[in-house]
Amino acid sequence: MLRPLPLLTAGVLAGPVAFGLLGTVLPAFGLLVPEAEMPWAQALSWPGLPRALGVAILSGVLSTLGALTIATLILAGWHGTRAFAWLERALSPLLAVPHAAAALGLAFLIAPSGWIARVPATLLGWERAPDLLILNDPWGLSLAAGLVAKEMPFLLLMMLAALPQVQSRRRLRVARSLGQGRVAGWLKAGFPGVYAQVRLPVLVVLVFGITNVDVAVILGPNTPPTLAVQVARWMMSPDLSLRAVAAAGGLILLFATLGVLALWLLGERIAGRLGLLWVRSGRGLPERRARGAGLLLAGTSATMVLAGLAALAVWSVAARWSFPDPMPEALTLRSWSRFGPDMLAVAGDTMALAALATLASLVLVIGCLEAEHRFGLTLGQRALSLLYLPLLVPQVAFLPGLQLLPLALGIGPSWPLVLAGHVVFVLPYVFLSLAGPFRAWDARLARVGAGLGASRDRVLWRLRLPMLTGPLLTAAAIGLAVSVGQYLPTLLLGGGRVTTLVTEAVALASGGDRRAVGIWGLGQTLAALLPFALALLVPALVFRHRRGMRHG
Amino acid sequence: MLDRVSIARDGTTLLSVDATVAPGEVLTLMGPSGSGKSTLLDLVMGDLSPAFRATGRILLDGRDLAGLPPEARRIGILYQDPLLFPHLDVGANLAFGLRGGTRAARQAEVAGALAEIGLEGYAGRDPATLSGGQAARVALMRVLLAKPRALLLDEPFSKLDAERRAQMRDLVFSRARRAGVPVLLVTHDAADAEAAGGEVVRL
Amino acid sequence: MKAPPMRLALALAVTTALILPVHAQNAPDPSDWDAVTEAAQGQTVYWHAWGGATPTNDFIAWIGDRASEQGVTLEHVKLADTADAVGAVVTEQQAGRDADGSVDLIWINGANFASMKEADLLFGPFAEQLPNWRYVDVEGKTVTTDFTVPTEGYESPWAMAQLVFVYDGARVQDPPRTAPELLAWAESNPGRFTYPQPPDFLGTTFLKQMLIELAPEPAALQDPAGENYDEVTAPLWSFLDTLTPQLWREGRAYPETGPRMLQLINDGETDLAFSFSPGEASTAIANFQLPESVRTYVLEEGTIGNASFVAIPYNSSAKEGAMVVADILLSPDAQARAQDPAVLGYDTVLDLGKLSEAQRAAFDALDLGVATLTPEELGQALPEPHPSWATRLAEDWVARYGVAN
Repeated sequence: MLRPLPLLTAGVLAGPVAFGLLGTVLPAFGLLVPEAEMPWAQALSWPGLPRALGVAILSGVLSTLGALTIATLILAGWHGTRAFAWLERALSPLLAVPHAAAALGLAFLIAPSGWIARVPATLLGWERAPDLLILNDPWGLSLAAGLVAKEMPFLLLMMLAALPQVQSRRRLRVARSLGQGRVAGWLKAGFPGVYAQVRLPVLVVLVFGITNVDVAVILGPNTPPTLAVQVARWMMSPDLSLRAVAAAGGLILLFATLGVLALWLLGERIAGRLGLLWVRSGRGLPERRARGAGLLLAGTSATMVLAGLAALAVWSVAARWSFPDPMPEALTLRSWSRFGPDMLAVAGDTMALAALATLASLVLVIGCLEAEHRFGLTLGQRALSLLYLPLLVPQVAFLPGLQLLPLALGIGPSWPLVLAGHVVFVLPYVFLSLAGPFRAWDARLARVGAGLGASRDRVLWRLRLPMLTGPLLTAAAIGLAVSVGQYLPTLLLGGGRVTTLVTEAVALASGGDRRAVGIWGLGQTLAALLPFALALLVPALVFRHRRGMRHG
Repeated sequence: MLDRVSIARDGTTLLSVDATVAPGEVLTLMGPSGSGKSTLLDLVMGDLSPAFRATGRILLDGRDLAGLPPEARRIGILYQDPLLFPHLDVGANLAFGLRGGTRAARQAEVAGALAEIGLEGYAGRDPATLSGGQAARVALMRVLLAKPRALLLDEPFSKLDAERRAQMRDLVFSRARRAGVPVLLVTHDAADAEAAGGEVVRL
Repeated sequence: MKAPPMRLALALAVTTALILPVHAQNAPDPSDWDAVTEAAQGQTVYWHAWGGATPTNDFIAWIGDRASEQGVTLEHVKLADTADAVGAVVTEQQAGRDADGSVDLIWINGANFASMKEADLLFGPFAEQLPNWRYVDVEGKTVTTDFTVPTEGYESPWAMAQLVFVYDGARVQDPPRTAPELLAWAESNPGRFTYPQPPDFLGTTFLKQMLIELAPEPAALQDPAGENYDEVTAPLWSFLDTLTPQLWREGRAYPETGPRMLQLINDGETDLAFSFSPGEASTAIANFQLPESVRTYVLEEGTIGNASFVAIPYNSSAKEGAMVVADILLSPDAQARAQDPAVLGYDTVLDLGKLSEAQRAAFDALDLGVATLTPEELGQALPEPHPSWATRLAEDWVARYGVAN
């Protein structure tokens, strides 16, 4: 029963991507969607194309560079200090905050009439908000800033996880004993090794930055929107022939993304060369300024996301709240009684979907890892790239196909289709999170168990899994958070009929009701954070009398 | 009985052993690290990594173990770490290998075993709160309660301090003798081999 | 009504089955209302309706409660754009899914209705057989034509809409009442006016309103746009070319929807907006979404008005349930609730003269709110141009202002 699982898992990961790409390629070349006439020509002649593509690439590259730089500076300058411990604690929950919710909060924060601008407005008595194009700016800078704030914690935690593998502490000690400053020494001795470990996550961030829809809809430009948003619009258009144009647009975005990836890899080499020159030059860095900048930038971006969430919370209980008041005239629970019940009902659906997707992923992942343990069945190094496949291929490039191809077979958008779509994106994260602890489990315990007459299944169920309770719950929490955050798969594969917290929140963002947005955004955040809290709390409670299970 | 057992990796022979251990006797395998001692134990346990190839037969009580899954071989193993299951209490650790009988009978057996090693009333304790010596004794009793047909010892005393090491050796070997099971000891400590008193094979 | 003799009914059924293979097998007869309500029992109706404003969402949820009292479950599929629902039906038709479709009811009018009716994608006629149709103001309100296209019973009206302009009385003393005045006002108040980004329906409505104001012969708009399109719309584009740099964010960004545009007033970012629902401003004030100093007005030459309808796709799996919901929407109860500015603030489609004393009392008791105009102040609504105008205006706008700057 266990043996086919690794293959099945590979199929679950690669199948939809391949199937989806096929379903995107066919209509782009005039097949599958009969009405389409010259979809390529139509997509290429869309007047917004150069700018939509340019802004997407600009915001993607800027946000990746920004997030990587901040994460590196903070790690280089502060790892092992008390400030770092504080920052790590503040950043970890941010990881779980869904992109859409973070973007919704940021949108209110940075708008010219937003929370930040209300401080000078109140002090100076402005009656009118300044007419500044901060939000939805045509160059996608606010979009890039929002992405930095959200991706920086992700990269930081990924780099933290990679530290033990590269023995950075010892390397740093050697570097410092050779007279290097803290930041310069870490950059020279530690960074290349760490970067090699987090390269794939960095590429995931890059691809997401270029091709995301939910953040771009909220923070990105509108005249024109980024190409990914435009593709999603074509996808949802009443004019069926536009779906072929969407497919062509998705492929254009795919090629552009591949091009950027290639350039990025080239950039890595150039950066490596330059770094080598720098190392040889023996020059250092303005240490104090570098450390200060790292802390300031990381602190600012964490504060922005948290303040954005606080803004959502205040809006959800706000009575009248007009510009330039820094706080509402009064607080009321009216919005909660208006939108709360609906939100909770959808939250239930969202969690059910997330739970099923996570459960399916856990079964596949545990099956794979156990098969690896028992039979030495691994897909090798290629398996890892397979894991990253759904994360590296832009969603808008294969989700249209994933909707169109089943449709051609008579399978319309539906809940099971959405569930399958979620598994594709949940599975890699569950695998990445669980594989380490699962493999690190002391296999001698299994032999001891076998020596005591326990079958392999009993060893798995009674020893391995219970001892991995913490990592299992963490993996489940990550899976739930990933599922709760899935916007495009839910929208496209559900055909608008499957609503989750994120589709509702993004839909409301275009409307004017910040109170509703606040409640739905908070609901989405809680739905993602609560499992993490439980993943910490449950093992601590269940194993409160088992010291050996702590930090297990 | 190890009948012309030989283990190879990538075509290179790692070790070859041909030996017989009588019930209650100890066969000591001595050799430096990397000589394949632990791999031999894996083979006997039935859990050899697919990277290795083994030839020869392993017979226990006259039965060829080839093809039997590890749990059906009923071969207990002790490592240098006690490896008590951290999520179970001491009693549940001891009861892990017990089969059949009523719940009360199993509990009585656990209590008896604890009494034997001077740990009466420790059944409800968190294993992480035991001292090194206590944990080692619990691990031994856990193996013996499962009534193994053979016992494998993988450097079982190397992590204990000198005084406890002597005590543990006495305890382990006397118990093994009393249980009448053949013992295979792997060590690089000549004192272990001496205390075991049986045949010594140097790898 | 007396049931037809058995044999005749059977013959009819057989013939129908032969002539209309898939289509008509489950096509209910709207005139047999008892059969309709019976068949509706236990059905789930997926109502695809614009979900961008919370008051409408709440109202639809309330309609859902009424529907469940009649054994029908109503699910609101919240759309960003009605065209999405049309697209879903088109997709299903092309995939050959002629029964058991996913859309049961659509909030619709204008171009979407015209294209669905034209493509034979609607079930009906059913509207004039609904029991509550007898209360509808057929003479006084434009409920039997939709953007000049005759409805012929393929859609049922449920709310009247008329464009009103919204301003913050605390910041604006004398709001502009014609297109040239608007331009002059924008020039002296740069950055204080904007409109939802077409193809949003409200943004497109603004274009149509300005076109009516500026076109030398507005009557031409009642016919489909043809050769005369460039000539008729030329004044509009030159108007917009002048207006755009004076807009909020200099026209480099636009609010996505009408409610978002109203929010800009509350945020102190703009001073002038508009709404397609005369009561929306009052509702928004009641919901804390606008300052209490906000008021509404109409342009000197009047403003565009139309009706909102519901239509049933030909392949709906719950046509009976959908008709029950359409009928609930026409009920005096629901209509009075829709008109309440604390709820929705949509004008009724009913003729109050056809209602009983008690039914009328519910309407008379409504406090229309500080920012709502009386019917006299609203005046006669201007007719919508033919849908072809809106489609081309929106496309042209996107090409001119929506993609590059």
